[in-house]
Amino acid sequence: MFENYLMPESASTIAPRVDALIWVLTGMSAFFFFAVVAALAFLAIKYRKGSDANRDLAHPDNDALEITWTVLPTILAVVMFVVSTAIFLQYRQIPEGASEIYVTGKQWMWKLQHPSGKREINSLHVPVGVPIKLTMTSEDVLHSFFVPAFRVKQDVLPGRYTTLWFEATKPGTYHLFCTEYCGTDHSRMIGSVTVLEQADYQRWLESDDSVMASNLTPGEALYAKHGCVTCHDGGDAARGPMLAGKYGTEETLNSGETIIIDDEYIRESIYNPQAKLVAGYAPLMPVFKNLINEEELFLLIEHIKSMEDTEASN
Amino acid sequence: MHTIAEAQRSAVFPEVNYLSARHTVASWLFTVDHKRIAMLYLVTISIMFALGGSFAALIRLELLTPAGDLLDSDTYNKVFTLHGVIMIFFFLIPSVPATIGNFLIPLMIGCKDLAFPRINLLSYYLYLLGATFAIIVLVRGGVDTGWTFYTPYSSTYAQTEVFYATMAAFAAGFSSILTGLNFIVTIHKMRAPGMSWFRMPLFVWAHYATSLIQILGTPVVAITLVLLATERIWGVGIFNPNIGGDPVLFQHLFWFYSHPAVYVMILPGMGVISEVITCFSRKRIFGYTFVAFSSLAIAVIGFLVWGHHMYVSGQSVFAGIVFSFITFLVAVPSAIKVFNWTATLYKGEITFEAPMIYAFGFMGLFLVGGLTGILLGSMGADVHFHDTYFVVAHFHYVMVGGMVMAFMCGLHFWWPKMTGRMYNETLGQISGILVFVGFNLTFMPQFLVGYLGMPRRYHVYSEEWQMLNVMSTLGATILGLGYILPAIYFPWSLFKGAPAGDNPWDAKGLEWETTSPPPTFNFDEENMPVVTEEAYAYVIERNTLGAR
Repeated sequence: MFENYLMPESASTIAPRVDALIWVLTGMSAFFFFAVVAALAFLAIKYRKGSDANRDLAHPDNDALEITWTVLPTILAVVMFVVSTAIFLQYRQIPEGASEIYVTGKQWMWKLQHPSGKREINSLHVPVGVPIKLTMTSEDVLHSFFVPAFRVKQDVLPGRYTTLWFEATKPGTYHLFCTEYCGTDHSRMIGSVTVLEQADYQRWLESDDSVMASNLTPGEALYAKHGCVTCHDGGDAARGPMLAGKYGTEETLNSGETIIIDDEYIRESIYNPQAKLVAGYAPLMPVFKNLINEEELFLLIEHIKSMEDTEASN
Repeated sequence: MHTIAEAQRSAVFPEVNYLSARHTVASWLFTVDHKRIAMLYLVTISIMFALGGSFAALIRLELLTPAGDLLDSDTYNKVFTLHGVIMIFFFLIPSVPATIGNFLIPLMIGCKDLAFPRINLLSYYLYLLGATFAIIVLVRGGVDTGWTFYTPYSSTYAQTEVFYATMAAFAAGFSSILTGLNFIVTIHKMRAPGMSWFRMPLFVWAHYATSLIQILGTPVVAITLVLLATERIWGVGIFNPNIGGDPVLFQHLFWFYSHPAVYVMILPGMGVISEVITCFSRKRIFGYTFVAFSSLAIAVIGFLVWGHHMYVSGQSVFAGIVFSFITFLVAVPSAIKVFNWTATLYKGEITFEAPMIYAFGFMGLFLVGGLTGILLGSMGADVHFHDTYFVVAHFHYVMVGGMVMAFMCGLHFWWPKMTGRMYNETLGQISGILVFVGFNLTFMPQFLVGYLGMPRRYHVYSEEWQMLNVMSTLGATILGLGYILPAIYFPWSLFKGAPAGDNPWDAKGLEWETTSPPPTFNFDEENMPVVTEEAYAYVIERNTLGAR
């Protein structure tokens, strides 16, 4: 029963590594703690007033000792730093081909979107054994996405995308918390992550409680509704650059610098089109800041990513 | 040599002293005597501590059950915000420096007052102005941003008294800057003949390092709070991305001050411990220069670690790595201090009066606080711990287990000097033990519940965490008792306490060479002190050992 009070549930590939790190650091701290406390207790008792301990002391200071207990902790600190940082880098290395889910935080709920267009609120279903990448943003204040059983946490910011990844190892339902204070119902901005076996996950995906009736994906529908196609069709007289097949490729800007077309760039180009113009194009595109919200933006990005360059593939 | 008991039996209360100099209310409110200003601070910060403590009691009561049944969400958010703002800006930061430091630094270095007595009074009134703003916040309905004021919640979304709360911290900040300035000038220019830098008590070194942080760091938080108010009132986009700002910028600016401020909240306490350990071990401090320079090292390196509050904030990985590395390094000077205090006991003649009980308590609790800081400085572990109860437990071990223990330790040690009266020794020892036990019972379970995943600032929590929260509330009750005891026996001693005599602990240091309480100008003006020996020149009277 005590494991409920000592160890949180562990259900991701990184969790056992983080736990190992935590317990090694705790062990080392405990060693120092008990060593110093034992020394304090021993000295306090041995040299209590009235004891007949020998108090002759030729040299009150001891530089060799000082250097020892400066240098040893420094070396230990550097070792601990290296190990800790190595684990942290694993948090940041998103595996190739991770399946992507978009997360929007707002006071006081989590909205999650699967690539298929399936949406959830305050609950997330993921398959076991598949790396999942979350791309997250906030509609209002700071939030933070925390799943203790996965040992993952990342702040969610307005006006910017942050990412985190995990690979669940054990089917079950786990806590999801907001850990950045966000106002009145911060402690109710909670939910669950349900990890399903692959087959169950497929069945869940196909259950049609929220799938659109239209044969367009939600992103496609938005792309059409806002008329993106009128300028970005890739024709010779097009007023804007062609988008199909461009995701993840390099592009040269008016300023001469080159950038990679990624989620952040697409977001910026829709909300603030004049910020980074592709070379050769005039600043004609209107600002869509108040017309498209963060959730819709994720759908659009998902659609733009999926667009294939038909000419190139011909 | 006479024993402590003998010294006290022969003690009489001096007729001429700073307390009896004049009795009018105005003579207190407009005093420029550093000792009287210290007493004004002591009374005011004690009231603020009681206020902040009552908010802590409300928090612990609410968390007895997983449901939000005692306070509604908005009220709970205001309660933890006010607890933090009051405890940090109005208790911890001024605690030791403005009271004990203010009282003792001129006495310890052998001068009549601080370099700028009127600025000292101004600093008190700025503090009072800040405290008044805090009370205005309270009366107008509170503030709910958390003491960290993170944007854009604080600058745009919060509907509460954010402006007055920032003004409260702003005014208190200037009070802190002026105190630091005064200490630095005093320590440089007003040391008695013979009081060289390396003969200064380590308490003075610690305050020198603290003052450096106060004057270099505090202006940055002042600017940050003004920027926050600017965005909130006039809608100038600084931190809110919707109007062109950057919320992470706020965190950088805020922690650039607020992390060094953590050292403002612990270094003076470390100074207290160096004085008390030596006195009750009858020993010179082990490794004087190492302890002195470790204070400066903490102050300097402490300015370069603020980003360790931001590993998951969206800050770049590279920045995180640099901040983590420096964070591991800043652990070293703190370790050096602990090792040297321990070694000071070696071949000493140790007694366990109330101040020493508190000093031992400090060492145990500060060790836990410091060592758990290593887990949080580690990037790999911090991702999980960040913003959970593990962090809450960690900083309470440092701030309360460290600084409040040290403050109580110093108050018990110098109370006889400050008031000329002895408090009840047994009650002092009992209070020290109660605080230690109650503290551990309160905050040890919070490490566990944090590791299990309970986020901080949650007033509704998952049921499986109730038992640990109940333990914590139980511990807080004992802790509260431990703090209420001194609130009774200290005032009692003012009227009924035995006269302390000049030097009831038979301690070294110039402050013990004048009367208790000291005269207005600290020493006999015809005969100002001259220093001829190193600090802590304690000698154990070996020939008396066998007889006892």
